[in-house]
Amino acid sequence: MDNTFILKVYRGHPGNQYFEEFELELRPFANVISSLMQIQKNPVNSKGEKVEPIAFESGCLEEVCGSCSMLVNGFPRQACTALIETLINETKTRVITLAPFSKFPLVRDLIVDRSRMFENLKKVHAWIDADGSYDKGPGPKISPENQELMYALSKCMTCGCCVEACPQINERSKFIGPQIIAQVQLFNANPTGKLQEAVRLKPLMGEGGLGDCGNAQNCVRVCPKGIPLTDAIAAIGRQITKQAFKDLF
Amino acid sequence: MKKPKEVIVVGGGLAGLSCAMRLAELGIKVKIVSVTKVKRSHSVCAQGGINAAMDLSGEGDSPLIHAYDTIKGGDFLANQPPILEMCLSGPKIIYMMDRFGCTFNRTLEGNLDFRRFGGTLYNRTAFCGASTGQQLLYSLDEQVRRYEVKGLVEKFENHEFMRLVVDEEGVSRGIIYMDLFNMKLDVLKADAVVIATGGPGLIFKKATTSTFCTGAANGRLYMQGMKYANGEFIQIHPTAIQGEDKSRLMSESARGEGGRVYVMGDSSKTITNADGKTMSCGTTGKPWYFLEELYPAFGNLVPRDIASREILRICEMGMGINGQSQVYLDVSFLPEEKKQKLESILEIYQKFTGEDPRKVPMRIFPAVHYSMGGAWVDWPASDDPDRWTRYRQMTNITGCFNVGESDYQYHGANRLGANSLLSCIFGGLVTGNEVPRYLSDLNSSCDETSSAIFESALKVEVDFKKDLLARNGTENVFALHDELADSMVKYVTVKRNNKDLLQTLDKIKELKERYKNISLADRSQFANQTFTFANQFKSMLKLSEVITKGAFCRDEFRGSHFKPEFPNRDDEKFLKTTIATYDAKNDEPIISYESVDMRYLKPVLRDYTQAKKVKPKLENIPTNIELPL
Repeated sequence: MDNTFILKVYRGHPGNQYFEEFELELRPFANVISSLMQIQKNPVNSKGEKVEPIAFESGCLEEVCGSCSMLVNGFPRQACTALIETLINETKTRVITLAPFSKFPLVRDLIVDRSRMFENLKKVHAWIDADGSYDKGPGPKISPENQELMYALSKCMTCGCCVEACPQINERSKFIGPQIIAQVQLFNANPTGKLQEAVRLKPLMGEGGLGDCGNAQNCVRVCPKGIPLTDAIAAIGRQITKQAFKDLF
Repeated sequence: MKKPKEVIVVGGGLAGLSCAMRLAELGIKVKIVSVTKVKRSHSVCAQGGINAAMDLSGEGDSPLIHAYDTIKGGDFLANQPPILEMCLSGPKIIYMMDRFGCTFNRTLEGNLDFRRFGGTLYNRTAFCGASTGQQLLYSLDEQVRRYEVKGLVEKFENHEFMRLVVDEEGVSRGIIYMDLFNMKLDVLKADAVVIATGGPGLIFKKATTSTFCTGAANGRLYMQGMKYANGEFIQIHPTAIQGEDKSRLMSESARGEGGRVYVMGDSSKTITNADGKTMSCGTTGKPWYFLEELYPAFGNLVPRDIASREILRICEMGMGINGQSQVYLDVSFLPEEKKQKLESILEIYQKFTGEDPRKVPMRIFPAVHYSMGGAWVDWPASDDPDRWTRYRQMTNITGCFNVGESDYQYHGANRLGANSLLSCIFGGLVTGNEVPRYLSDLNSSCDETSSAIFESALKVEVDFKKDLLARNGTENVFALHDELADSMVKYVTVKRNNKDLLQTLDKIKELKERYKNISLADRSQFANQTFTFANQFKSMLKLSEVITKGAFCRDEFRGSHFKPEFPNRDDEKFLKTTIATYDAKNDEPIISYESVDMRYLKPVLRDYTQAKKVKPKLENIPTNIELPL
């Protein structure tokens, strides 16, 4: 039928994943999340069987919260901005495949547990060491250029797309991932944050750190926020070289 | 040594995190319970900015003028003491966030940059591009993570608040919460509970809110006896993109940076402005910038309620784009550096519509955006004799505090743009100071509370879970939600009339009956979102009733509450806070009213046709105000 499309979802529980297809009416401006919401209202698969609705994460539906990460036609991205008509036009097929991220523990259907990224933020001291929340006047002056850089880096939603796309993140490697490296650049670029620069660089200097980056550059291609991840990796590389030199003396 | 007292903060948006941060700073152990990773909370959606009268460009702005604008913008319905202290704290809050590394836009000298927002004539809005809420939230998230590493904060993410545990004396002793992955219900004890769970926008579904914003926590507390105030005051944002799954916000900053709202003119039609002057609806075939014509002083930056009503009026006259309910919002003519400051939202528009707003005007329409109403909370003013025996931000349930969009305190009948982020952070800090004071006054601990109290509270939730999972009817709860949202959007938003409101109340009653007859398509015990939503939906139905009945009872026009049958503000009858309490026997809200604290400023006409920069005279300002920072 012309006015329908197929959502083919790789679903299930850990150890028991399988594909299931749903035929849905094509509505104007429909996206992957609104389509999953349609399934909730009528959870019947293409074979006409009543099934459990698909479990998925969603939040803002405006691509600022990072909740709805998944593989759409094999590409890691936010599902809310994945417009059905655009996908159909791009791929020339009416079948859209959804799958959960593969580099994180599966919870159920399209939900994975991305806690690891948040734990990594702790490892690299990803904050400013402010002297508390009482009035101490303004922060340091910051040039518009530096603000622009920090704002670009600070848009990171911890969505995990770059981690999913990175070939260096796998069972045999401890690579901390591109998102963390960009966060280190963010806090080291802040004049106050710079005071603790070395604390952030240390964890990136050993195993699993910057040296494990294979320069595949997948991260920057998939980042939904266009964060200059490879620039960040290069910048942190320079900072680490300097730091290693300082550490010698 | 005595065990340190513990506090539960439910919700990890700006209000919850600023409260948790302050508590941890004061050495209190905090448990944050959140339905999502706190970094994904709805605060990230706030786009335009945060207000603070810092007057960095010599316009003569001051926190008192900010307070005046806020009180007037709220059509005098808000209690004035909390607003005054919030506005006085504004500049300090901006500096605090600045020190935390929040990526505010800068001037060439490296200072903070400000933009203009609705309902004011001053440039008082600090901003981070067009994703200010996201940036502020991230800065607080980072500070809270510091305390997490220090062991002062423990996070329970992907857990949902289900019920408050209250002892025989009516004192809060903890909560019942559910793990959203393994669906297990459990007890979490604490000596105080802070609710910071945001607004109930999802009731309307096609709102600018996140999918987390069900209002369920407040709905559950309301059923447990918490007073809910001013529920009928729902802000409709004038400029949103309509969508199938939600409405997406196009920030007021688009207009703050110079964006203009228009439709194509029609010389054959006339319109009357607020002063009673009749004018032609522009020139046929040419853009008609109706807000600029109708409100020459504030133009496109009239307060949100006014802009929404005018857009609706124009569309009802058949002047919307192609006769539809849509008008243009144009930023395409702005210089590049202005568009740069709006990049985040222009990207959103392009991603969801496929059109480039840098080249063509956007098509927008009003959508549900914010709830001014929420939990009733206390606010002893600084010069009240009982200031130190009562607790700010505490609900009528002892030891249960409420803050952020989920309280009713700071915005009256209409919120000014860029005041929400300020009220959330300010309220959070205030709560972070009040809770320790409450704890030190409290001479008992949750550990002494009998286990039977916790067990019976847990049992209520376990039983309800069993009940829901066992229901074997014909209704689908997600479909019921669509029906509820359709009625609420149609009858309880921009324009209300009593006949429709009564009909909506009947509709909600009908939905409550049909809700008994649902059947869950998922009965599993793992990440069962159907169950989670079905449970939340019960609360959403109750709050819908609060909103609709409040609107029905208020026969006047004030702020966002517009009732053409009663076209004037009626201060004598309705300059009062609406209080809804739950009547469990009849399963409906009881509406009563309490007086508004207007100790600084007497009500004046809320007029936006004049461009006078007034030096407002606020009276009786106390001299002993202690700000939270």
